Amino acid sequence: MAKVVAVTGNEACANALRQVNPDVCGIYPITPQTDMMQRFASYIADGKVDTESILVESEHSSMSACIGAAAAGGRVVTATSSQGLALMWEMLHIASGDRLPIIMPVVNRALSAPLNIHGDHSDAMGARDTGWIQIWSENGQEAYDNTIQAFRIGEHMDIRLPVMVCLDGFIISHSIERMEYLEDQEVKDFVGPFRNFLPLLDLDNPKSYGPLILTDLYHEYKRAQHEVMTKVKDVVLAVAKDFEKLSGRKYGIFETYRLEDADIAVVILNSAAGTTKDVIDEFRDKGIRAGLLKPRLFRPFPFEEVAEALKHVKAVCVMDRADSFGSYGPLFMEVASALYPLERKPLIINKIYGLGGRDYLPSHAAQVLTELHEIAKSGKVNVLKEYIGVRE
Amino acid sequence: MKAKGWKDLPPGSVVLEGGSAAKFKTGSWRAFRPIWKEENCIQCLFCWIYCPDMAVKVKDGKRGEFDYDYCKGCGICALECPGKKGQKAIEMAEEGK
Repeated sequence: MAKVVAVTGNEACANALRQVNPDVCGIYPITPQTDMMQRFASYIADGKVDTESILVESEHSSMSACIGAAAAGGRVVTATSSQGLALMWEMLHIASGDRLPIIMPVVNRALSAPLNIHGDHSDAMGARDTGWIQIWSENGQEAYDNTIQAFRIGEHMDIRLPVMVCLDGFIISHSIERMEYLEDQEVKDFVGPFRNFLPLLDLDNPKSYGPLILTDLYHEYKRAQHEVMTKVKDVVLAVAKDFEKLSGRKYGIFETYRLEDADIAVVILNSAAGTTKDVIDEFRDKGIRAGLLKPRLFRPFPFEEVAEALKHVKAVCVMDRADSFGSYGPLFMEVASALYPLERKPLIINKIYGLGGRDYLPSHAAQVLTELHEIAKSGKVNVLKEYIGVRE
Repeated sequence: MKAKGWKDLPPGSVVLEGGSAAKFKTGSWRAFRPIWKEENCIQCLFCWIYCPDMAVKVKDGKRGEFDYDYCKGCGICALECPGKKGQKAIEMAEEGK
């Protein structure tokens, strides 16, 4: 039986980790994730989990400890945000290159400078090319559900890759919402016992991690790494199906909202999708056929499915809570690439919103939908990339 | 032997056997060559202990010749060698001279 609770996003993720009871957890505090690892550390101290905690002196060390523990043969978790994720950067590539299924909630926060502790997606977008699977969450319920599913995805014997579960800093991590917890036993049964794959502690079969591989085989290893990413989508869908049977909550590789017959559409990640859906309803009431696509699986990015879902739309706005300075927003680049092979393409624009936790308001969504409506009528795009909610 | 293709590789570039370093001869990296002078050797085996590779051969408890297939010429053995009466039993000489 599901238990209805009122908790924060951080609390929900910490509870998911408690229910999974991993072997090892690398712990280092950083706002706004601190509260999640603090809660998990309490579970360890109170004997609620059997997890070995490794208290480290930096996120670089945290990820290094996680890599060692995962290679040894443990089920390993950690969590981070912002500068912490940035400091892990070189180790992130090693976790994925070594095919170690480390599970890491990332509480999305802006990157310095200027120093800012609030929610935007610059941190996880900066780690998009590290070979990790990325699953994004709109609210606390999704963050909880995605954290549980991440174990099944990353640890799948055909995958064995690390997974980031992204949720918006403060907006989700520190806001109390109504959500449903699964029973501890249900989570344990769903996730299953950890299955080892090439563990270093199998002393009868000695092996080495991290060899030097130069021009002879490096190219081949990267090709193999690309191949495993192509298998992730099907595993994500299969795990989601099992999860739906358990929880009644349905997940896909992305969510669509009133998109099937839409003329205009917004593509947007995480918490801002909720606000946008409300405004879409208002536009629908006015007779404007608006819809939304909210990616859940960002790495690997489901190009074909996204193109299929958007191909009938006249105009699309991709909204980024991160910028690639001197280029487009990172989500825009993916969606534009997805749409490019289509013979009849929707017109497309890119808006940068909500950096450093700047509020994303219903009026911003209305501004974007109004512009899309104009573009759909005129067939003309005036400005391709633009910041919104910014003072002149 | 046909070179391996990407489908033949173990996941995660994990080396699935122990002691495989023996398959890679690293002697060609050497810029300085250690020379063993048996007349100054007291058989302390410090060189064997300190060698970071396996380039000092020992047989029946006695020091033998260097294995130049693996010696990278780091010089640690020459540094640690106590020698006899102030005369080192290992000296480093520039390769190619």
